[in-house]
Amino acid sequence: MGPFLHEFFSPLDFLRAAPQVWTGFKVNLQLMFVAEAFVLVFALLLAVVRGLPGRAALPLRAAAVLYTDIFRGTPLLLVLLMVQGFATLNYFGLSSGTLFTNAVIALTLVYTAYVTEVFRAGIESVHPSQRMAARSLGLSYMQTMRYVVLPQAIRRVVPPLLNDFVGLQKDTALVSVIGVFEAVAQAGQYSNDFSNFAGESVAAVFFIFLTIPLARFTDHIIRQRERRERAQVV
Amino acid sequence: MSENGHLVSLRGVRKRFDNLEVLHGIDLDVAEHNVVCLIGASGSGKSTLLRCINLLERIDEGTIVFDGQTLTGTKIDVNALRQKIGIVFQAYNLFPHMTVLQNVMLSPRKALGLSRAEAEERARTLLNTIGLAEKADEFPDRLSGGQQQRVAIARALAMEPKLMLLDEITSALDPQLIGEVLELVRRLADSGMTMILATHEMSFAREVANKVCFLDKGVICEEGTPAEIFSSPREPRTREFLSRVLESGRL
Repeated sequence: MGPFLHEFFSPLDFLRAAPQVWTGFKVNLQLMFVAEAFVLVFALLLAVVRGLPGRAALPLRAAAVLYTDIFRGTPLLLVLLMVQGFATLNYFGLSSGTLFTNAVIALTLVYTAYVTEVFRAGIESVHPSQRMAARSLGLSYMQTMRYVVLPQAIRRVVPPLLNDFVGLQKDTALVSVIGVFEAVAQAGQYSNDFSNFAGESVAAVFFIFLTIPLARFTDHIIRQRERRERAQVV
Repeated sequence: MSENGHLVSLRGVRKRFDNLEVLHGIDLDVAEHNVVCLIGASGSGKSTLLRCINLLERIDEGTIVFDGQTLTGTKIDVNALRQKIGIVFQAYNLFPHMTVLQNVMLSPRKALGLSRAEAEERARTLLNTIGLAEKADEFPDRLSGGQQQRVAIARALAMEPKLMLLDEITSALDPQLIGEVLELVRRLADSGMTMILATHEMSFAREVANKVCFLDKGVICEEGTPAEIFSSPREPRTREFLSRVLESGRL
């Protein structure tokens, strides 16, 4: 046990690595919140597009399906490398964007595909009689979506959304491969400098302590809903 | 008002679901301020007929004229049309994420463009009329079935429709809750609202209807005044249906 404890959990190295890893971890936090904000907006849009009725909307629906197929199927690691590679081509005349921007783009591309499916499941879980009632009152398709279907759908998918949010949060660790200096990169740096794995341990602790409150919050929401639904039966 | 003083006129209406034709050529006239009751076994096409009238279902053949406007053309604005035709469903279909007041206010605000204050005033007046003013801020799930159905009627009335379609609105209710809903429908009839009801409540149909239509297998088998249909039905199928209803104790 001696070498293991020394390599991973030496108190001295823990304390010494913590500030450095924390500097990187703040980048993970920023990545996660910025990407999640984009993901929620784009995924909701795509989910609505996928549900559009009629022949005219067929190309839009097909594009949305293609998008989810591609980005749910491609590993995030590859998407990161490809976004980074694309950025170096300088198509937009920007000096290849910033690494942070590229990371946000890759995370958003991949997680939007997952979260679209979550929203879509939520939309489909709203009983058709609700749409029928809304349409029969003279509300348009989009008004029905906005005021009747989406509020109910979103409420139902909060737990799986939080689940994907936890996934996103952990996957921000992957962006070190394109050179974003976040927690994992800082931890690696520490390991190199001091030949000690405490950096990684500290990073793990940070991630865990970020995830736990989110997981408890998810549980709480599920319990709350169960209580409400039981109350309906009584 | 269309020709002959009829608010609604159906001619040769046919509706198919895949290969199953559920309406085989329906002709029906409803005069303004009249109440027409559709009776018949489950599956006879009553609900489908009502849904065709406010275009929740597209008909395959025939014409529907409402308020002088042919609904079967392609240029019809369905949203504008549905604002003039209220429908109430068997399962209430209230919006569970909104309070009673919000349920009633939603379409006047969003479809008619009323201000919040106007819509709220209209909604509160209606809730008062149906005796549920004190439930305005409750969520539908906390109301009894009868109360929910009365809210659903108020929600439809909030659009100030010219025609109300009631689709077996008491069929999901406990017997002791049916009365309060029928009482509300009776008051609506007395106020001159034009209505088409699909119903299994024969004694109620007899009391409020100006005309009763017996549907069987997608056609109107027999129609007439309540006295004609319930006291001296001509068609054997009508007689058979009514005697079955009588046996089950609903007349």
